[in-house]
Amino acid sequence: MYETTYHRPASVEEAAALLAANPDAKLLAGGQTLVPTMKQRLAAPSDLVDLRHIAALRGISSEGGRIIIGAATPHAEVAGDATLRAACPGLADLAAHIGDPHVRYMGTLGGSIANNDPAADYPSAMLALGATIHTSKRDIGADDFFTGMFETALDEDEIIIAVSFAPPERAAYAKFPNPASLYAMTGVFVTKGSAGVRVAVTGAGSDGVFRQAEMEAALSADFSPAALDGITVSPEGLLEDLHASAAYRASLIKTMARRAVAAA
Amino acid sequence: MAKLEMTVNGRKVSRVVDDRTLLAHFLREDMQLTGTHVGCDTSQCGACVVHVDGKAVKSCTMLAAQASGAQVTTIEGLSSGADLHPVQRAFNEHHGLQCGFCTTGMIMASVDIIARHGGDLDEATVRAELEGNICRCTGYHNIVKAVLAANAEMHGASQAAE
Amino acid sequence: MGIQGIGASVARKEDRRFITGAGRYTDDMVVPGMMHAVFVRSPHAHATLGKIDSAEAEDMPGVIAVLTGEQLKADEIGNLICGWAISSKDGAPMNMGEWSPLAVGKVRYVGDAVAVVVAETRAQARDAAEAVMVDYDELPVVVDALEALKEGAPQVHDNAPGNLIFDWEIGEKAATEQALAGAAHVTKMQIRNNRLVPNAMEPRAALAKYDRAEDHFTLWTTSQNPHVARLVLSAFYNVAPENKLRVIAPDVGGGFGSKIYIYPEEIVCLWASKRTGVPVKWVAERTESFLTDAHGRDHLTEVEMGFDANNRIVGLKVDTIANLGAYMSLFSSAVPTYLYATLLSGQYVIPAIHANVRTVYTNTAPVDAYRGAGRPEATYLLERMMETAARELGVSPAELRRMNFIREYPYQTPVIMCYDAGDYEASLDAAMKAADWDGFPARRAEAEARGKLRGIGMSCYIEACGIAPSAAVGALGAGVGLWESAEVRVNAVGTVEVMTGSHSHGQGHETTFAQLVSDRLGLPLDQVNIVHGDTDKVQMGMGTYGSRSGAVGMSAIAKALDKVETKAKKIAAHLLEADEGDIVIEDGHCKVAGTDKQVPWFQVALAAYTAHNLPDGMEPGLKEGAFYDPSNFTFPAGCYICEVEVDPETGKTDVVQFVASDDFGNIINPLIVEGQVHGGLAQGIGQALLEDTAYDASGQLLTASYMDYAMPRAADLPSFNVGTTVTPCPSNPLGIKGCGEAGAIGSPPALINAVTDAIGVRDLTMPASPRRVWEALQAKA
Ligand SMILES: Cc1cc2nc3c(=O)[nH]c(=O)nc-3n(C[C@H](O)[C@H](O)[C@H](O)COP(=O)(O)OP(=O)(O)OC[C@H]3O[C@@H](n4cnc5c(N)ncnc54)[C@H](O)[C@@H]3O)c2cc1C
Ligand code: FES
Ligand code: FES
Repeated sequence: MYETTYHRPASVEEAAALLAANPDAKLLAGGQTLVPTMKQRLAAPSDLVDLRHIAALRGISSEGGRIIIGAATPHAEVAGDATLRAACPGLADLAAHIGDPHVRYMGTLGGSIANNDPAADYPSAMLALGATIHTSKRDIGADDFFTGMFETALDEDEIIIAVSFAPPERAAYAKFPNPASLYAMTGVFVTKGSAGVRVAVTGAGSDGVFRQAEMEAALSADFSPAALDGITVSPEGLLEDLHASAAYRASLIKTMARRAVAAA
Repeated sequence: MAKLEMTVNGRKVSRVVDDRTLLAHFLREDMQLTGTHVGCDTSQCGACVVHVDGKAVKSCTMLAAQASGAQVTTIEGLSSGADLHPVQRAFNEHHGLQCGFCTTGMIMASVDIIARHGGDLDEATVRAELEGNICRCTGYHNIVKAVLAANAEMHGASQAAE
Repeated sequence: MGIQGIGASVARKEDRRFITGAGRYTDDMVVPGMMHAVFVRSPHAHATLGKIDSAEAEDMPGVIAVLTGEQLKADEIGNLICGWAISSKDGAPMNMGEWSPLAVGKVRYVGDAVAVVVAETRAQARDAAEAVMVDYDELPVVVDALEALKEGAPQVHDNAPGNLIFDWEIGEKAATEQALAGAAHVTKMQIRNNRLVPNAMEPRAALAKYDRAEDHFTLWTTSQNPHVARLVLSAFYNVAPENKLRVIAPDVGGGFGSKIYIYPEEIVCLWASKRTGVPVKWVAERTESFLTDAHGRDHLTEVEMGFDANNRIVGLKVDTIANLGAYMSLFSSAVPTYLYATLLSGQYVIPAIHANVRTVYTNTAPVDAYRGAGRPEATYLLERMMETAARELGVSPAELRRMNFIREYPYQTPVIMCYDAGDYEASLDAAMKAADWDGFPARRAEAEARGKLRGIGMSCYIEACGIAPSAAVGALGAGVGLWESAEVRVNAVGTVEVMTGSHSHGQGHETTFAQLVSDRLGLPLDQVNIVHGDTDKVQMGMGTYGSRSGAVGMSAIAKALDKVETKAKKIAAHLLEADEGDIVIEDGHCKVAGTDKQVPWFQVALAAYTAHNLPDGMEPGLKEGAFYDPSNFTFPAGCYICEVEVDPETGKTDVVQFVASDDFGNIINPLIVEGQVHGGLAQGIGQALLEDTAYDASGQLLTASYMDYAMPRAADLPSFNVGTTVTPCPSNPLGIKGCGEAGAIGSPPALINAVTDAIGVRDLTMPASPRRVWEALQAKA
């Protein structure tokens, strides 16, 4: 790891000021992505601004019919939260299968979506839930938030405060883990709610998380696994690597979508 | 440089370290607590697991500075004096270790698993929960057995797993 | 047997330090003034080495030295060697290329060490290593062994034309071809044995300290055989004469072969310590382990097996290409030859066998012995062939094996080995019973109802362990003898210390070896200490690999114990005024058989040391040493049965049952033996299901971390159903065969046979990853 300077602000404002004052600073949430990256010397922030001690960024609540999750809420809390489990068990289950128990104690929702790893789990949920990302500057809809592999709509000095969404009628996530890293080799989150059916795919797209329009249409007509039978997913634009070809991923998308619908 | 104040194995410590010092290195090199091991550089093997404020975390994936103010427990602090923690004892009785390198992290992770599941543990759960701990020697068979046996002992279940 | 003696499932004595965090591994060692080494490694797989500019690095904070290969050569440090000379079939010696501990002139694989930085902290050394500027002139790269043999392939070493190291053969070519020509049925396959990264959880490490006043070196290192390390460092690498070099292998976090060899880093740390005048420590990061630990396997084989009209095997023809990587590691030549082709008879009567092996240089990490070493490759070949042949012949795979089993011993195979004892049918029957073989069709039908494809596969393995008779291996080209040593030191109060040349890095010697002493002398385990791993404390020994510590290491202890007992009996007879021949040693006493006359063991020991009242002419003291050189290899064998369920939609395979029935001869501690089997099975299942090592065409290792190299985790494996049958080994005094490698040897073919059975395909390359299985199903559809 290169030299860096650690800061522990007590408020979002203080964190924002630290970011503004140090152009090469980075926010540090759970550190479960950033610290490994720094250990590998693939990132060299001059300063680290720790968000874990800002109370306002943490916790899960239900307000005005929406579920709100603080950006610095660790995966383990999301997995175990009773309010969320009642409102959207699919999301709690997703959180319960991110990485391993140690990662789940530290890693946060905000860190995960800010990083937008193409194999991360949360981005698919945000997209399928049509969540709103609340930042230190504005509110961003999930459809506009994820802009490509490791890319988001966030400005350099913008801090995610929370995400919120209206609980769907039905929702579930099906993940096929990469046998080595256990990240999603393909994961599909499906929801059915007031905004209709949304199907979001992670782990497979060479541009990161994306919505599968054809499946959404089919499921809108008939929300059942069988409704997907006639669909052929094209391998075009899908990731190719050691562990999976594009064609294999295309097949996994369909299989995982069917399983998610069955579980929803 | 970062000024650290933390409690390690029940003892207050105050040190000044390089900001980039990982908790694992702080424990091993500054505190001479070499029971915490480092087995990888991608945060996946779990040899470095310690408890920070009662939760099992990878000390290689946390800056020492992040743990300032926290209660840290390492394998050296798990039991006191001559007594062994039931999980330590179960690893010995069930031959849950060979070379011992993964063992300290395994034990710290297992203590956390048992605490979290409050007695309600089965083989499949233990295996799933050990996802973050890699062992190259034992094939996990006896580790799983040891965790189930310790769980039974700690939660008064009538029989150890076979 | 006593409750702590031979055959007892005693919990390990050594565990206490490991479960409390008090184990002492190399990286835990701290000596005053110690500094840290970080290596500058080649990012290219093949390049001419130009100028190395270290000016900027030398000026960085904390840096005390940046050293290169030119300086190392100037100090006359030797090249690394392969210690087993193998000649081609035309008699030509093997073409061993130069391997300098720090590259000179050329780099040959990604990770090749080019320079070393020594600095006050590890982080400073790493910062500076990045600032060392190295000019590389890239050369064309070859990573695949088959490609490397083709005309016009890039040349890795000038003295190995066509990248061929040797072209070796064993067995009768003409007889085998004739047998195949006359066969009623011939099964042919092309079989790849995938390259593996050993991945002991403790990364390699070295701490070297040079004492200027004494002109003496101490090396703490992650070694399976510290004496061999010292011998090689002295005799070949010119670091220091043996009496000026102490090598200590403290607690070692797993080896599996990868810590047998002497690597560049140990040599460089020793040399750097002398040059800089400070103790130098190096600890591998996991990425370095992936890049530079000696890898395992990597064979490509064309194989033919012929059967007569009664389904009896008539001949086996094998043509193997073994990728040895960029340099010849210490035992690399022996692995694909004498540790491989000599086992090609398996458990079967095969009248004619011929194997041809070509070993090849490529721009990849060196390949050497990894758990099983050659024997897994042989077993995989044979057992895939037997299963496939059974399917082609339309007979039960169990019955095809059974009818071809060797049943009379000693059995001389056509490929050197002479099996001394075994009962293969007993293992087969025990495994089939434990696996409920007959109930499989019902289980398959039940799985099908759940949408799963269930398959069953077996494997009957044999291995040669307890390596090995020194004269025999010497005749085959080994540079060392493979005996073992022991010294049994009885203290004046009767407690015992045993110095063993074996090394424990997880095998539990501190317990099992003590059990042997406990059994023989009737002492409690806590009165017996096992000392190993330090060349200053222990006499010359050969170390631990090839499942040899029990069969060879313990036999040496048994031999030394014989001598101790003989002397103790003489003393006791003298004290008790009895006849020496009537003395028996039991329960901590020397007794006169058939009487109540006895003297406690500690008094005999005390008498030996006070020497006030010893038989005439007897020397004081009670301490004896022995060297044991085995008369033969040992031949553990067994039968494994694997059952899998494949998800046809995703290609994911779950191992739902794994049965192992092993014959290890006599067993000292069942708890520890089972643990060895479990660990071996996990590695074998890992090879067959998960682990793969991939280089891209430019020689970059694509699987250089746990992000891409799939290690077996707890959830990937079932609980194992292990059992043993026993035919004692006639070739050593304890009847032990060895158990360290069997699991890794026997399991891969059982698993692949099960997967191919489940999905109904003939060929499937390991590992049976979800992708491969899904693709195989697609190709079939
Ligand atoms: C062994 C292992 C296995 C894993 N497996 C999975 C898996 O299966 N699935 C999965 O999805 N993930 C997985 N992860 C990643 C894990 O979920 C991370 O926790 C997560 O991706 C990042 O969250 P974090 O809080 O740790 O963020 P950090 O690592 O602290 O930060 C990540 C990035 O987000 C930025 N950031 C953090 N918080 C904010 C904020 N509030 N506003 C703006 N920017 C912010 C940081 O500046 C940084 O650039 C794994 C990680 C590890 C180590
Ligand atoms: S050392 Fe921390 S996870 Fe490997
Ligand atoms: S006991 Fe050696 S790695 Fe687990």
